[in-house]
Amino acid sequence: MSPNEDHATAPAYERLERATAPLERRLVSVIACERVGPYRLLRVVDPAGPRPAAGQFAMLATAERWGAGEDERPYLPRALSFAGWADGEASFLLEDVGPGTKRLCELRAGEELWMLGPLGTCFTPPAHGRRPLLVGGGIGIAPLIFLQDVLGKPAALLGFRDRAHTLGAGLLHDTRLTTDDGSEGRRGVVSELLSEELDHEENATVYACGPPAMLEAVRALCAARSVPAELALEAGMACGFGACYGCVVPRRDGGYLRVCVDGPVVDARELEQIEAHVGAPA
Amino acid sequence: MRHPVSFLGLELAHPIINGSGTFDAIAARAVFGAELDCAFPFAAFVSKTITLRAQDGNPPPRLWETASGLVNSIGLPNPGLDAYMSRDLPQLSTLPVPLITNVMGSTIEEFVDLVAACSERDEIAAIELNVSCPNVKTGLDLGSDPVQLGQLLAAVRPLTGKPLIVKLTPNCADVVVCAKAAADGGADALSLINTLRAMALAPRVVGAGRVGPWLGGGTGGLSGAAVRAVALAQVAAVARSVDVPVVGMGGVQRAAHARDLLDAGATVVAVGTESFRDPAVGARIAQELLASRSSV
Repeated sequence: MSPNEDHATAPAYERLERATAPLERRLVSVIACERVGPYRLLRVVDPAGPRPAAGQFAMLATAERWGAGEDERPYLPRALSFAGWADGEASFLLEDVGPGTKRLCELRAGEELWMLGPLGTCFTPPAHGRRPLLVGGGIGIAPLIFLQDVLGKPAALLGFRDRAHTLGAGLLHDTRLTTDDGSEGRRGVVSELLSEELDHEENATVYACGPPAMLEAVRALCAARSVPAELALEAGMACGFGACYGCVVPRRDGGYLRVCVDGPVVDARELEQIEAHVGAPA
Repeated sequence: MRHPVSFLGLELAHPIINGSGTFDAIAARAVFGAELDCAFPFAAFVSKTITLRAQDGNPPPRLWETASGLVNSIGLPNPGLDAYMSRDLPQLSTLPVPLITNVMGSTIEEFVDLVAACSERDEIAAIELNVSCPNVKTGLDLGSDPVQLGQLLAAVRPLTGKPLIVKLTPNCADVVVCAKAAADGGADALSLINTLRAMALAPRVVGAGRVGPWLGGGTGGLSGAAVRAVALAQVAAVARSVDVPVVGMGGVQRAAHARDLLDAGATVVAVGTESFRDPAVGARIAQELLASRSSV
């Protein structure tokens, strides 16, 4: 029996099982693309899709006008974490940071998009007796919204650039915030909150998603204190299903892992230092 | 629905296969489950390039999206010949379609070892030679030099009775001269085009000086819709110059694009980058080809 099979609240954790995807991309309809500060919460109806597990992602492309944007892009679909799923309705959190995400942010109710997924690995439940603790940065809060729902609303430590971006924190419960400029919550970075939390919580299991520098700080903290941690990584990818080998990050024991099939959720111990690199395409 | 094609003694269910390195059937089985084998998108499966020794591939970043295309600098990550034979081949041999194994040596001697090893395995229906490998002495791709291509074929042709496909590089002065050298050397088929050598610079940062390459490997290869017209020109030129069958590929997204390559003289068409956008696209193109044929 693995240490993860004995759960305190087993029924909820049954939802953390990696789903397989239909082989073909499918058309799904947009219910809404709501403004949440600088972010958009994209909600789609996906009746044919399997239920994803928190941490998994989908490849998305709009059915119309995908291409012919800036520099005649986007061309490839974009990888987005599920931010939630219930009864055939999936949600994704978007931020306009390039021609692909810009086009997705423009979606309106009734429009259609291509979706392939659920793809990748999911978070795994904490071992018996361990308390889940969520740590998110910026758009990286997306999979934590979904995970918090599954794990019974554990506390979330969240870091953002500024006050405007902290509006994203409203999508989670029981949050403590930092901002880079101190305009909301504590001034600083979220790994400082994590460090303090771990000072008086010996039995945490950390679940983190955010920019590379944040994830590296979380990885290093948890490694130094022998705290189990799962990190959801972001990387530019062409396919999302292991075909292109484009989304690799260095593995601790040499070679690379593919973020799309070996991740995006990986045990922090599998990783070498997380390098600051920009994932393309966006 | 069948649209059978005879290719290298193989009876293919339809004329659509994959380009090497654009579909990982083993990873796809884990992602898509049993549906992959039930609705396999290709009439034959071409493996990623296998080298004599294991390779990790190039450091990231490995991808750059460009106007209607993709520049990649993957660097041929693969488990090496021994692990391919012992670990991957048993899994690939259970696919519902014939297996073509793609190999690349950094010298003719390495190609000899690779072809000899593949020749012994019944699971492998045909061998594709990736000749887009730089000669360590000249810096030129082996496949861009008709003399070296002739030497390669002279070395490997006698080693196997299995069909040999030579994957030509478009990065040469005259693809027809290279195609003839490969065919004269005993290649049973030619496949083209491989990616076009390409480059992307890192995004410019205000206040910083000159920027360097974006891709970890320095340069990469361009594929996708952007290369379609180049592929058509090269496939047409090669197909009318040699007597062996041609596998045409480059920017195929729909049945109409596959039909163009078939009309230009290809016997079989490979889909590559478009499978990244939709893993089932090979099957859909095959169905559309059949539908358009029966409606004529």
